[in-house]
Amino acid sequence: MASKTVLDFERSIADLDENLSKLREIVADRSNPENTASLPGEIASLEEHRVAILRELFARLTPWDKVLLARHEKRPYTLDYIGNMMTEFEELHGDRTYSDDGAIVAGLARIDDIPIVVVGHQKGRDIKQRQQRNFGYARPEGYRKSGRVMKLAAKFNLPIVTLIDTPAASADVGAEERGISEAIAHSMYDMSLLPVPIVSAVIGEGGSGGALGLAVADRVLMLEHSVYSIIPPEGCAAILWRDPERKIEAASALKLTAQNALDLGIIEEIVPEPLGGAHRDYVAVAETLRDALVRHLHDLMGKSGDELVQLRYQRFRSIGRYIEAPVGGNHNGHKPVGDA
Amino acid sequence: MASEGWFRKRSKFSGAPAEQVTNAVPEGVATKCQRCTQILFTKDFEKNLKVCPQCGFHHKLTADERIDYTVDDGTFAGLSDNLVSVDPLQFPEYQAKLEKGRQTTGMNDGTRIGVAEIRRVPCVLGVTDFRFMGGSLGSVCGEKIVRAFEAGAERGLPVVFFIASGGARMHEGLLSLMQMAKTSAAVAAFGRHSLPYLVVMTDPTTGGVVASYASLADIILAEPEALIGFAGARVAAQASTQKPPEGYQTAEWQLGRGQVDQVVHRRDLPDTIASLLLLLGCRQSERTIDEEVEEDEVLSEVGVGQ
Repeated sequence: MASKTVLDFERSIADLDENLSKLREIVADRSNPENTASLPGEIASLEEHRVAILRELFARLTPWDKVLLARHEKRPYTLDYIGNMMTEFEELHGDRTYSDDGAIVAGLARIDDIPIVVVGHQKGRDIKQRQQRNFGYARPEGYRKSGRVMKLAAKFNLPIVTLIDTPAASADVGAEERGISEAIAHSMYDMSLLPVPIVSAVIGEGGSGGALGLAVADRVLMLEHSVYSIIPPEGCAAILWRDPERKIEAASALKLTAQNALDLGIIEEIVPEPLGGAHRDYVAVAETLRDALVRHLHDLMGKSGDELVQLRYQRFRSIGRYIEAPVGGNHNGHKPVGDA
Repeated sequence: MASEGWFRKRSKFSGAPAEQVTNAVPEGVATKCQRCTQILFTKDFEKNLKVCPQCGFHHKLTADERIDYTVDDGTFAGLSDNLVSVDPLQFPEYQAKLEKGRQTTGMNDGTRIGVAEIRRVPCVLGVTDFRFMGGSLGSVCGEKIVRAFEAGAERGLPVVFFIASGGARMHEGLLSLMQMAKTSAAVAAFGRHSLPYLVVMTDPTTGGVVASYASLADIILAEPEALIGFAGARVAAQASTQKPPEGYQTAEWQLGRGQVDQVVHRRDLPDTIASLLLLLGCRQSERTIDEEVEEDEVLSEVGVGQ
């Protein structure tokens, strides 16, 4: 996939890519006088060079680079993954109460012959699509549609796959009027009780509560260059230093990369992306992700509904870092009692 | 989603510590209402539960004031007060903010949970202290909330939470974010015991807290004019072409949007909570109620509310 959007750190390979594609065109054109016997050799060595540069670049990506990659406008979105790793997708629209939110897609599909319910955030490619998808900022009716379709999964005993890719939940007036807080909270509540396997994968931006609202799962995976954060780095920098431009520092402080999330015990697995990022090979990244999802689904499908709910509860119950000080500490004279 | 700085202050006085606006009078004797600027005798102001007798503005309470104003005298027994926040991400300024919070409040973190009686109805009570990093939801707060539900389930008691929080605590990153799921799952698990869960949203109830356990209660009460909302008016104005309407994200506005069951004056909260819990099948303890009667008389003397 030739990419027109080029991030700063990608610039050095963008020129190479251009040269390579010119050379390939020449080789393909037998009538071209420049088409000499030495060209295939040149191409091979350029390709080698390109891979070496990519490897080096991607070995030292900063957290902020990952934020840019996660937001890359050529990055594959939920519907790309559904198309490339599932079959028989039947989209289901609407929350049956108010509307159909374009920022969340839901439906039935098959992945490696397993019938599933799939739900994911959806961004748009062009201006029209972006408006229709509200730039991936999901509204209450999106979470309520998700909840409705997930109830189908429980009723028909289908496992659930969710794909996470949102900057944040919608903060607009309409979303507030229709109870965005309640919608997110209820989605998490419902997911914690569903007696079917749930596997979530962060494929791009895991933006705060809007992301978590679809990610109360038995297993949570992250693509190698996706991010998962409590607040966008710009917002964090604005709060901490009153300067959104210090987003690069903020991105590091927030520990938002897949490796950070794995180290913190927030996710189970990092799914590797093709060299240079998911946007360079939609098919390859979808295959890798599909294999990981299917592996986790098979692992979970042997468990009873009660067991799944219990294990999922424990999974989240155990997240948090604190110390329990010896009892009798400083409390305005209140004496700690009970199980303290 | 994260707390602090996302919400525009209601007025130039809102949120200013009382001591900064009382410099014209001997310290501690008088208090100025943060909204109508009426000078009040601190003694009367406190007897009036920190509600301005002039304009009815409900000032923020510390966790311990909230407990004192809500529970029957001497019935609160704290649980898990010994949980202490750590700095798992080595996040900028976090240690200093924690230290400041501890100094200001004398608490290890911004949430207190415990067993108490409200108008003789035993319950598990949780309160947040906004002075401790904006009452933000981090690992300690999340753990205490879950333990409150576990204590309720174990003892067969309802759970009552007073919320005063700007949202999830940015300084613990994903660990804080996950507390939204952890607490929501705890509400769900508690639901199996058919015991009531009641929330009182006070000023402010916003961000990751209103988008998790706070909005999942069986009954949601709110104090008058409390700020309740997902993201602040400034963010909303940026996110939509629609201008935030008058009274946006106040308790009364949320009542009109169907997100709150009742807006209740601070003075009436203990009675309302007890009444609701009794209707939902909770039982009163056998204790006598002399103390509460005395307290009510004192309140009526100073003319609580308008």
